[in-house]
Amino acid sequence: MSTNFADYKNIWVYAEQRDGKLMNVALELIGEGHKLSRDISADTKVCALIVGDGIGHLAQECFEYGADQVYLIEDPLLKNFTTDGYTKVISDAINEYKPEIVMYGATHIGRDLAPRVAARMDTGLTADCTHLDVKVANYIKFANENTTLNTSSLDPDDPDTGLKMTRPAFGGNLMATIICPRTRPQMSTVRPGVMQKMERMEGATGEIINVKPAISEGDIRTKIVDIVKSAKELVSLTDADIICSGGRGLGDPSGFELIKEFADKVGGVVGSSRAAVDAGWIDHSHQVGQTGTTVKPKIYFACGISGAIQHLAGMQTSDIIVAINKDPDAPIFEVADYGIVGDLYKVIPEIIAEWDNAEALYDATTK
Amino acid sequence: MAFKVLVCAKQVPDTNEIKINPETGTLIRDGVPSILNPDDANALEEALKIKDKFDDVHVTVITMGPPQAEEMLFECIAMGADEGILISDRAVGGSDTWATSNAITAAIKKYGDFDMIFAGRQAIDGDTAQVGPQIAEKMDLPQVTYVQKFEISDDRKKVTVERQLEDGYEVIEIALPCMLTAIKELNTPRYMSIAGIYNQNKDIKVWNAADIQVDLSTVGLKASPTNVFRSFTPKPKGKGIMLDGDSEKDLAKNLLIHLKQKHVI
Repeated sequence: MSTNFADYKNIWVYAEQRDGKLMNVALELIGEGHKLSRDISADTKVCALIVGDGIGHLAQECFEYGADQVYLIEDPLLKNFTTDGYTKVISDAINEYKPEIVMYGATHIGRDLAPRVAARMDTGLTADCTHLDVKVANYIKFANENTTLNTSSLDPDDPDTGLKMTRPAFGGNLMATIICPRTRPQMSTVRPGVMQKMERMEGATGEIINVKPAISEGDIRTKIVDIVKSAKELVSLTDADIICSGGRGLGDPSGFELIKEFADKVGGVVGSSRAAVDAGWIDHSHQVGQTGTTVKPKIYFACGISGAIQHLAGMQTSDIIVAINKDPDAPIFEVADYGIVGDLYKVIPEIIAEWDNAEALYDATTK
Repeated sequence: MAFKVLVCAKQVPDTNEIKINPETGTLIRDGVPSILNPDDANALEEALKIKDKFDDVHVTVITMGPPQAEEMLFECIAMGADEGILISDRAVGGSDTWATSNAITAAIKKYGDFDMIFAGRQAIDGDTAQVGPQIAEKMDLPQVTYVQKFEISDDRKKVTVERQLEDGYEVIEIALPCMLTAIKELNTPRYMSIAGIYNQNKDIKVWNAADIQVDLSTVGLKASPTNVFRSFTPKPKGKGIMLDGDSEKDLAKNLLIHLKQKHVI
């Protein structure tokens, strides 16, 4: 466990790649890391760490999205992710270069890797963060705007730049801000879709540091026999501008046919509540919420969704929420910008029918 | 020699039942039932399936928590586990995932030889998914997380699993002993049996910090590298507009006018 803080500098982002392509969350974290690094000090850098084989070409993309430096660890044994292989080379690199902060995307791979690395480093790790700050003043601003926290005990001039990692707990009922005050590096996994990518800067460059990994076949105790890409329709809830979500109020699985028709009409993506997934009506990949995907589209249509807290935790930062539900007391109406009490099987077909007339309907009201 | 399977489990509040006191903004935990963490039920079920398949399998559930976590171990034994171990001591209270994995690792070392460990991927109170991998690291075991399918060879030397990814899955072979973390796609947990519920000889051990010989500077609130800086509830979003209309068509038109006005469509 290392406690000599002065030795630790810079922010590392584990830039996860699969099949030679960067995951979106890697670019989001570089954007967030860029912002945080400047808040720590003018000479703090944000660095992307890329691990794999034949992945040097990804460095350019990291620079264009805001990385100051790229650490490359390449070896044929690292072609695909393995817990043993990646934990070893990343832990060795952290020991050698001593970053102050290490962030990972909270993907199935990031959530396998990060706890293992943190345990090897004997440092703290905070899972599934949805907000990060280093400056106390910024934390106060965030808390005042978004939370019920009384911030009067916090001093905006406090020089502390330790990482303040905010995450939901108890199914989104409670938020906690976690710190890692006595050990370095500070580590967190961050929910995909929450942080902002930077505007791409074509042609941006930076320093590439090639790290020579010490890895042999015997270090890896699992064998990947096959990698199967799912044939199921790819759902990109995190990138969608409009999401049409269905819940238990659909009554039966065929209700998702109407939701699909609705999504197709409005150029949206189909989402669902956990209840609908648990009922077996739709695949988990569509699930929005604390145990599903966190989304913030421009419009979120919640159709027949009562609004369990665990669902709200994953969608309440959407720009506009429209709720359609038979039950006027459904909690979803508490967070909805627009509520319609009614039978979704009657209301949605009318929205579909009128969608293309929206401009004309609006013009008629302004005359 | 018996084939020994350890299952790491946690008793958790049923987060679907938790409500917030709107006045104080705090959690109302009174009357909220405690349950066997759902992913851990899948971990136990898979261990019990190994027991169904072979004659000489011994399943031990290990947990850490307050004395009442014993109830959860009764439930696990009623489902078919042979034995339960509860690590319970004020000295381990307030542990974060790093400190929790130190305590459970110490208990596993006291337990002795085993062939494999199952854990749930994550617990619904914290959703961290960290303790399983951190125990594996400290026990120097290979791990596979997000296990959605499990197969063990007839000679019980080789395990093949499917590991769920966001866009598919990997098929992985892993040597024993190992740590596997279960997700709900793995199986459907069985119910407790009547005989199990009325079994008078439930083998449950309660171990304190001295029993597991854990270094006290590695467990508990003070030893934990992460601390809660502040906790709070999200600010409720202000209530919006309930739309009026004499018919569904009117409601739909009214909605579209509002959305157009906000420039979101």
